Amino acid sequence: MGLLIQKSGMLSTIQDLGRYGYRQFGINPNGVMDPAAARLVNLLLGNDENAAVLEMHYPAAQIELRDDHFFAVGGADLGGMLDDKPIDNWRPHRASKGSILRFTSRVSGARAYLAIAGGLELNPWLGSTSTNLAAKVGGLEGRALRTGDIIRTNPPTKDIADRRVSHNLIPHYSRFPTVRVTVGAEYHLLSEAAKQTLVEHDFVISNNSNRMGFRLEGEAIELVEPTELVSSAVNFGTIQLIPGGQLIVLMADQQTTGGYPRIAHVISHDLPLLAQLSAGDRVAFHLVGQEESERIAAAYERELCLFRVGCNFNYR
Amino acid sequence: MNDEIRIFPLGDNALTVEFGNNISRELNSRAVSLSNYFFIDPFPGFVEAVPAYASTSIFFDTLVVRGAFPEHSTAFAAVEAMARSVLESAELSTANTSRLVEIPARFGGDYGPDLALLAERTGLTEDEVVELFTIRAYYVYMLGFLPGFSYMGEVDERIAAPRRDSPRTLVPRGSIGIAGRQTGIYSLDSPGGWQLIGRTDVSMFDPAADEPTYLRTGDDVRFVAI
Repeated sequence: MGLLIQKSGMLSTIQDLGRYGYRQFGINPNGVMDPAAARLVNLLLGNDENAAVLEMHYPAAQIELRDDHFFAVGGADLGGMLDDKPIDNWRPHRASKGSILRFTSRVSGARAYLAIAGGLELNPWLGSTSTNLAAKVGGLEGRALRTGDIIRTNPPTKDIADRRVSHNLIPHYSRFPTVRVTVGAEYHLLSEAAKQTLVEHDFVISNNSNRMGFRLEGEAIELVEPTELVSSAVNFGTIQLIPGGQLIVLMADQQTTGGYPRIAHVISHDLPLLAQLSAGDRVAFHLVGQEESERIAAAYERELCLFRVGCNFNYR
Repeated sequence: MNDEIRIFPLGDNALTVEFGNNISRELNSRAVSLSNYFFIDPFPGFVEAVPAYASTSIFFDTLVVRGAFPEHSTAFAAVEAMARSVLESAELSTANTSRLVEIPARFGGDYGPDLALLAERTGLTEDEVVELFTIRAYYVYMLGFLPGFSYMGEVDERIAAPRRDSPRTLVPRGSIGIAGRQTGIYSLDSPGGWQLIGRTDVSMFDPAADEPTYLRTGDDVRFVAI
C-alpha cells in the first residue's frame, strides 16, 4: 500500500495540525497552513482530523495510488484529475490500484490538501508528522517530497460513504478576502492615521511570502514613537510591524519568538482565507473584539462537531 | 511587584504575561517559573507555555477552556485569572534549577570570521576579546529563532557588537555570535546577522534525543577555548 510520487510538484510537504509543547525549545509547531481544509478532508474519510495530509502548491504533485484507496482533496482547487477524469474537492473518491492523481490548472486558492482514508504511515517526531523544513525532521525525512518518493499508507478502517462537506463549513475563499483581526499588544502605539490605514486600506501579498510568513505591501503604518521590545513568543496569525512601516503576517512555519511590534492577530477562523492567497492577491482587515473572535471560533467548532458525528454515524 | 505585570491576548488561543520590557535574570526567572508551573499543573485546555526574556506566553485550546470555565466570559479571561492567581499565591517557586554547562569552542579565523574586525574596532587584540568573552558565564534567557538557538547574556560591554548590516545567508551550525550584549549559538545551518566570533562542535539540537535541545532556558553557560 502506498503512494508513489511521480512528480514532486512545488513544495509538497506532509503536515498535520502541528507539533505543540516544544515552542519553549525554539521548535515551532509547523503544520498545515489551512487547518480547516485539512480537518474537513480527514473527517470526510473517517480519519482523525489530525491525520497527516499532503499539502501541495501549484504545480502540484502527480501521484500513483498503488492500491485501492479512498481519498479526498480540499482547500485550493487545482483542477484535480483521477485517471484523466475531473474530480471535485470536498468529497471522497475511490481510486483503484495504479490510478494516477494529478492536478492540471490553478482554478482557485494556493494550497490543496490530499487525505487518504486510513492515513499515511509515518514516524512522528515529538508527537507530530508535520514537516519541519528548517530542522529537517518530521514528515518524510524532514523535507519536501521528491519525484520517486513512496509514502506508505495504512489500510482504510471503514467503508466510505459518498458525502460532501456542507457549505457552511467550507471557508469562504476569495482572492480578496476580508480577514478579521483582534488587537495586538502594541496596537495602542499606532498613530490614529495608522489605525485607520489598517482597516480602511487593502494590502497586497508580496512575492516575498512563504510558509513562515506573508509580507504585505501597502500604505506605511506608523507608530506614535519608535519602540524597542525584548523578544517574546508570537503566534500563527500574528501581524508584526517591521521597520519601514510594512506588515508581516506570521504563518504556520513562524519562528517561535519575535521582537517586532505585534499590532494585530488574524482570528483562527479566518487563517484559512489568508492561507489560500498567493503573491499579488489582496487582503483587507476588519477589527473585532476578543470576545467575538472566541465566539466565532466556538460557533465553527460546534458546526464541525455535528459534521464529525454525521461522518462517523455513516460508517457504522 | 505584580502591579507592573501586563497580560494581553496573543490571538484567540494564547495570551502573554509580561513581567517587564528589559533583560534581567530576575524577570526571566519569574517567566520560567510561571511556565514551569503550568507544565507541571496544567489546566483543562492548556497546550503549552513559552518563557521568553521577560514574559511567558500561554497557549490554550479556546473551546476546552470556555467549556471548563463557563463563569468567565472568554477563554482569555479564564486563563488570565488563573495566571494572576498563580502569580499572587506563594506557589510560584523560583527555585534555581539551572545547570552550569561548559562548551568547548574554537575562536577566530574560519570559526569566527567576525572576530578580527570586532577586535580591530574595539582596539583589543583577538586574544583579549576571547579572554573577555570566555571569562564569564552566560545565562540562557530563552530558546527561540531556531530549534535550540540560545539567547544568552550579557557579554562585556567592551565586546558588545551590533548585528551585521547585511545578514549572512548561511551561518554554519555551532557558530557563536554576538548581537549587542547578547550571545548565542546557531543550532542549525541558517541565515543570520550576528557577528560570529567562534564555533563549537557540540550539537545544540539533536532531533533523535529525548531532549532535542542541548541547553535549557535558565542554564549558565561557560565557553572554554580549545
